[in-house]
Amino acid sequence: MSLITLSRFALAGFVIAALTAGPLWADRGTMRLLVEVFYYLALAQLWNLLAGYSGLISVGQQAFVGLGGYLIFSLAMFAGVPILWGLPLAGLLTALIAWPTALVAFRLAGPYFAIGTWVIAEVFRLGFAQISALGGGSGISLPAGMVKAMASNRTARESLTYWIALAIMLAVVIGIWLLMRSRIGLALSALRDNEEAAISVGVRTRPLKFGLYVATAGVTGLIGALIFVQKLRITPEAAFSVTDWTVLVIFMTVIGGIGTLEGPILGCILFFVLREFLADLGSWYMVILGMVSVGIMLVEPRGLWGLLTRLRPVTLFPVVRKRKTS
Amino acid sequence: MEWLNAILQGVLLGGLYALFAAGLSLMFGVMRFVNLAHGDFIVAAAFAALLLVDLTGMPPLATLAVIVPAMALAGYIGQRVMLNRLTGGDLLPSILVTFGLSVILQNLLLEGFSADSRRLSAGWLDTAAVQIGGGLSVGAVPLLLFLTAIGVLGLLSWVFGRTGTGRLLRATSDDPEIVGLMGADKKHLYGIAMAMAAAVVGLAGVLLAIKTNFDPASGPIRLLFAFEAVIIGGLGSLWGTLAGGILLGVAQGVGAQIDPGLQILAGHLVFLAILILKPQGLLPRQRS
Repeated sequence: MSLITLSRFALAGFVIAALTAGPLWADRGTMRLLVEVFYYLALAQLWNLLAGYSGLISVGQQAFVGLGGYLIFSLAMFAGVPILWGLPLAGLLTALIAWPTALVAFRLAGPYFAIGTWVIAEVFRLGFAQISALGGGSGISLPAGMVKAMASNRTARESLTYWIALAIMLAVVIGIWLLMRSRIGLALSALRDNEEAAISVGVRTRPLKFGLYVATAGVTGLIGALIFVQKLRITPEAAFSVTDWTVLVIFMTVIGGIGTLEGPILGCILFFVLREFLADLGSWYMVILGMVSVGIMLVEPRGLWGLLTRLRPVTLFPVVRKRKTS
Repeated sequence: MEWLNAILQGVLLGGLYALFAAGLSLMFGVMRFVNLAHGDFIVAAAFAALLLVDLTGMPPLATLAVIVPAMALAGYIGQRVMLNRLTGGDLLPSILVTFGLSVILQNLLLEGFSADSRRLSAGWLDTAAVQIGGGLSVGAVPLLLFLTAIGVLGLLSWVFGRTGTGRLLRATSDDPEIVGLMGADKKHLYGIAMAMAAAVVGLAGVLLAIKTNFDPASGPIRLLFAFEAVIIGGLGSLWGTLAGGILLGVAQGVGAQIDPGLQILAGHLVFLAILILKPQGLLPRQRS
């Protein structure tokens, strides 16, 4: 093991340890913020896996965030499933529902796929608004008893939520990293660089994309379930919000750098730092974010991480073979 | 009778949707480019008409004489300056740039005009109606819209089918490289196509402003309607967009008749059903 690899693992270990100890050093507000950072980071990585690697540009991921949220509320309220069991179950069910959804969406190619996913998300939003048992258009709150059953008191519950969010984020980042180092990752990289060439060397793109779409939807559903357990209340507007669950996620990924593992992390951190300073600007803040991402797409489509590596070749998550120096 | 009326109003509404769809279809047909900000440009044109009427007091329909040429010019310049960088290559940048533009436009409109729902009044035309017997009547505005849509689609198919520019545009759609080799200026042609699409967007925006309420956030839903009409009608077919628009309009009209909350959902569901049962659309282009 080289010194660089060793220091990389040491850095990763330190960051993970510091974050795991979060409930010891962070106050309530900071913890809420960190939970938000964790789930946005995971959402950005998942969107990047679809758009950056397999060319499936979805602007309808809010369908699965909302679905996960509504599923865990339904499981808790109608089937009495404890929240901790409900979370993975909601993710699993979301993937199950994403399967037939994907069959429909995959009839559309390229840009039409993007708009098609948006229509599907709208169908879910309008559909859930019609279900009166779930509060219809005005939404519903999670029963207090189910929430209290999660942990003995509020502090313990918040710590638990924090650790679950952290675990999901780490699992997503490390999972995608390991995936990219595997055979599937190699196929995905080939797909990203040149789809026709990838097909010609035997990458079976359709099952690969299909599986990826369904799996991503499942994890997105799990994250959605956690988001609305933390929020304690769900409405169709919030659950299937294109701004919250797709626009912001795309901006983060594009600004940081699409098609890399480091890009979404950089973009996500930058997004939250900017938000602390610029959130008072209201809609001008969205205009600025939009202009920055449009500018980046026009000037350096590989984002800030692409700019950075152009100056200095660094990598946090090595997924390519090292070049032998002779 | 109520049902017949719902279907009739749906058919007329389909004209507006066909106008939304024609711009989108044109852009994709020639440049293989999909503008995710399409609906927001329509709404921006509607706000531009509102602003013009407020400032100058001109009759709403007269704003067409300003907005349509202005949009065409802006479309040409925008294509030459910015969008030509995106067309032809990878899909990702064009989708993400236009998605970003959509968010920028929505928020700029929100800053400029507030979130209030607005409408442009066309005076006596708003309430005028034509009796067509059997207790059914047709509003002057929806009828005007429908006839305009047929006129615009007729004009576009004449340009594409019968003129030299149209031939060049079709050739560019088939193979931009070869057209370039034959000495045509691809960038200029793309500019022309975008100017035509933007003119239709301007027209659709002004008519939208007269027909119904709009607000800064109402762009995306117009994009979805346009897209659904294109897919239902069949990719690459201009008259197909009219068929698609009409079917979408009728689905929404009938849905609203069942329950007002079902209006939009019914349209989406019919679109999904067509996508599953007949993915090539109602009037697919008769070319290999």
